[in-house]
Amino acid sequence: MNNDSPAAQGGGGFIILGTFLIGLMLSQIPLPYFIEWARPEWVAMILIYWVMALPHRVGMGMAFFLGLLLDVIKGSVLGLNALSLTTIAFLTLLLHQRLRMFPLIQQAMMVMVLVGINQLLFHWMQAFTGFTGDSLIFLLPCLVSGILWPWLFVILRGVRRFFRIR
Amino acid sequence: MAADLYSAKVREGRAYLSLLLTPLQWIVDVPSRIAGDVSDVVVDRSLLVKENAKLKSEALQLERKVQQNAALREENTRLRALVRGSKRVDEQVSLVELIGVNPDPFQHQVIINQGSENGVQLGQPILDAGGVMGQVTETSHYTSRVMLITDARHAIPVEINRNGFRSIALGKGQLEELELDHVPDTADVQKGDLIITSGLGGRFPRGYPVAVVSEVIRDPGQQFTKVVITPSALLDKSRHLLLVEMPEVVQEPVAITDEAAE
Repeated sequence: MNNDSPAAQGGGGFIILGTFLIGLMLSQIPLPYFIEWARPEWVAMILIYWVMALPHRVGMGMAFFLGLLLDVIKGSVLGLNALSLTTIAFLTLLLHQRLRMFPLIQQAMMVMVLVGINQLLFHWMQAFTGFTGDSLIFLLPCLVSGILWPWLFVILRGVRRFFRIR
Repeated sequence: MAADLYSAKVREGRAYLSLLLTPLQWIVDVPSRIAGDVSDVVVDRSLLVKENAKLKSEALQLERKVQQNAALREENTRLRALVRGSKRVDEQVSLVELIGVNPDPFQHQVIINQGSENGVQLGQPILDAGGVMGQVTETSHYTSRVMLITDARHAIPVEINRNGFRSIALGKGQLEELELDHVPDTADVQKGDLIITSGLGGRFPRGYPVAVVSEVIRDPGQQFTKVVITPSALLDKSRHLLLVEMPEVVQEPVAITDEAAE
């Protein structure tokens, strides 16, 4: 805690963007058809982490922008992902102090719920614009995201500490 | 969201956003391209010899078919001239490569490496070695998005090659299955029939294979026969695709019917 200069504070911006870019890449890597249903929501998870860790730097604006990019990747109507990601960013902003105190398992459960809300919002709105899914299988990613959360959390915390992003 | 659904201006903005993401798509595609290159380099010599022999015999077979084809084409034009039918125009095709797949499993879309800068237009059909794959639904500058025929929102006018029975093949959101729409109980459909494009609607050129009938379920309790067909294109495997350039004459009415259909 010996360098509190503004330069050291701003330095992590590119690192944060980099993690989001990796998340965007992971969310469009081709997978076999049956695994595709279980693809974790990388961008949403990384967003939850950064909002929880640095609520003063990453917030709903970032979430909106990422959502637009995700919309283009998924080919959905522009704004669907933006709205759902902004919603979970808002919820995480509300919850971030409690989330920080939770043990990892409990955090993972909260992440599961948050990603689940994201999925529900997204598919609910997609049904309005003409896509139909007849089963609840679209909720599978939130389960996988919850299971993967502890590892992602540890990795991102390592990144944050290594680059001293505050 | 409403703006995206109803306005064309937003579509341009969307094209710019996907231009921003194009490098990302290239990077994601790099591993599979490298894997392809590596397997080209380190492949066994005997394997290459075997593959070479196989390709040669295949080429011979195809050439034989083409020889017949020329004669048949001549005969066809003569017969058409006899009945004063209109001339058939050959379509130009260009080779494109698949660089991405839509990560949303509810939508069957792929991304190809050519965009509006290369002259790709909305509605152009895409084929692979097996048959029809889909059509272009969105163009960015250097990439475009192709909706596959199995997407739940896709329909393609088809006919049965054996007897010319016309129908519409609907996507169901499943990779191995399409369904023929509203087939009467008395229709002559058999398992194994080849389904080809009928060319109606003006979007897909006539005569390309679409699917093979895999199941015919005649249920007296139902109004229509259920005909399940299997797409003949390798929808989830092909990497090199053919982009069909529609002849100019057909292009004009397409734009109108397209708006009406949507």
